[in-house]
Amino acid sequence: MSEQAVTATQQDTTSAFAMTGVDVAFGGIKALTGVSLDVAPRQVLGVIGPNGAGKTTLFNVACGFVQPDAGTLHWQGRELTGLRPHQLAGLGIGRTLQGLGLFDRMSVLENVMVGADRHARSGFLSALLALPRSGTEERALRERALAVLSELGIADHAARLPTSLPYPVRKRVALARALVSEPDLLLLDEPASGLSNDEMDELGALIRGLAGRMSVMLVEHHMDLVMSVCDDIVVLDFGRVIARGGPEEVRRDPAVLAAYLGDEVGHHEDAPADGPADGPAATAGHPGHNDPVGG
Amino acid sequence: MQQFLTTALTGLTLGMVYAAFALALVLIWRSTRIVNFAQAPMAMITTYVALVVIDAGYSYWIGFAVALVAGLVLGAVVERVVVRPVEGKSEINAVILTLGLFIVIHALAAVIFGSRYRSFPAPFGLRGFQVGDLNLAITGFGIFTIVAVLVVMALLVALFRLTDLGLMMRASAFNAEVARLLGVKVGRMLTLGWALAALVGSLAGLLIAGGSLVHPSYMDSVVVYGFVAAVLGGLDSPAGAVVGGLLLGVSLSFVSGYVGSELVALAALVILMLVLLLRPGGLFSHAAERRV
Repeated sequence: MSEQAVTATQQDTTSAFAMTGVDVAFGGIKALTGVSLDVAPRQVLGVIGPNGAGKTTLFNVACGFVQPDAGTLHWQGRELTGLRPHQLAGLGIGRTLQGLGLFDRMSVLENVMVGADRHARSGFLSALLALPRSGTEERALRERALAVLSELGIADHAARLPTSLPYPVRKRVALARALVSEPDLLLLDEPASGLSNDEMDELGALIRGLAGRMSVMLVEHHMDLVMSVCDDIVVLDFGRVIARGGPEEVRRDPAVLAAYLGDEVGHHEDAPADGPADGPAATAGHPGHNDPVGG
Repeated sequence: MQQFLTTALTGLTLGMVYAAFALALVLIWRSTRIVNFAQAPMAMITTYVALVVIDAGYSYWIGFAVALVAGLVLGAVVERVVVRPVEGKSEINAVILTLGLFIVIHALAAVIFGSRYRSFPAPFGLRGFQVGDLNLAITGFGIFTIVAVLVVMALLVALFRLTDLGLMMRASAFNAEVARLLGVKVGRMLTLGWALAALVGSLAGLLIAGGSLVHPSYMDSVVVYGFVAAVLGGLDSPAGAVVGGLLLGVSLSFVSGYVGSELVALAALVILMLVLLLRPGGLFSHAAERRV
């Protein structure tokens, strides 16, 4: 199934979502330095990196929670830089929220329905004066939310309260809420955290199914999921992009092996001091290799 | 038997009004964590609006409708002009503001409408029904009061439970930040919430005034009873507010009928203290904790 997606990618090379030269510093600490990336239409881009590489900062920049000190964000040819987080929903950018952010006192179905507000009509006086029409819209909303819930295999839980459900199901509810607005770009932050291997496989298949309908940017610590799901991967280390390319390309990249896999496998017990020193050294050693898209 | 029935029916009618007023307080509290003390004078001023319309020769019903619309507009204006500027700051700022508004509206009403007592008409009879030997204390206006509050409550339930707009309003009330991130226009939902609350408050004001006397502070005791009713129900729960209002209305009616009418306000405050001491989360709370 990934072959199909690759073909689609090659046909359509325009960028849907792009970050260019993004710098973020917190006090004196540089969280991101010159980070550029592109999410092509209907493609899945994975962002990986060891802990502390700047993945969360990058996600927060994409969502508008963190304003970059330098660099720009573009979405469908429009500059996003400076937009506030709540403005993204109206632009067709969906996302899951940290801590899931579900409404505890509303049913699963209602939680998902709130996410569909992008398509709901604005202007409350018209809504107030036209309750029957509101009723029709509400039915359409309900049906769409139910469709997304069954797509994610959790329609059985529609009437339950989120607090009564196990964590993996709640994660799906959060995902359903992000999907119900039919976004053109979906931003996913660590979707695999807290999931078992089986659940992760299901999640992978699910995300794979989304490509073709929308662009996905997946910020994820879990290597296997990213490798199996993404068309393109960007590897971060110490706030810089140290590699990018397809899964196989990235897997073989020496800088990635040194920084990420070295860190993860961590068998160099004979030379512990080399581990942390490798990262920045490798980063500095590959600037030309790293920057084919940014230029 | 006669006195018991009278007391219970009077309490039920009054309880409906307290329930409406408590509902108005709860609608605002649960979405903004503000106790709107200005609710009473806001309801008072819209009742005066009705009086002006009726005095100008229009029917009671036109005055009634104009007052409700005035309440809707006043609520929206208060939220946009007075409350919005302190949004995101400490809630106490907004509460102090509503207290200030309380005084300002009082003064304005006295200046514009005068501070003497004026009688307010009622659309239905104020005499009880006779069933056999029993004089039922329920009046035509009492029945109207109960029906009017029930209708408004049913409409609110329909709005919150059956429409997407109500869904967005609930989402904004439960977690404004998440709702905003999902694209809900939270600011509009808050304005609408205040407008609806003020409408319900205005209804309570009109029902208290019907067949009785109005003056600039005629609603002031009702804000106390409404607040007690809301606390009884747990402040967060519209259904709790309604039950709390009915319980309080009936309880106070029995205090008035069997103990002494001068003790009614005292009894309300004793109930408030007992609830806050024993069940601070309200009578229906599962646990004595509330997330703020």
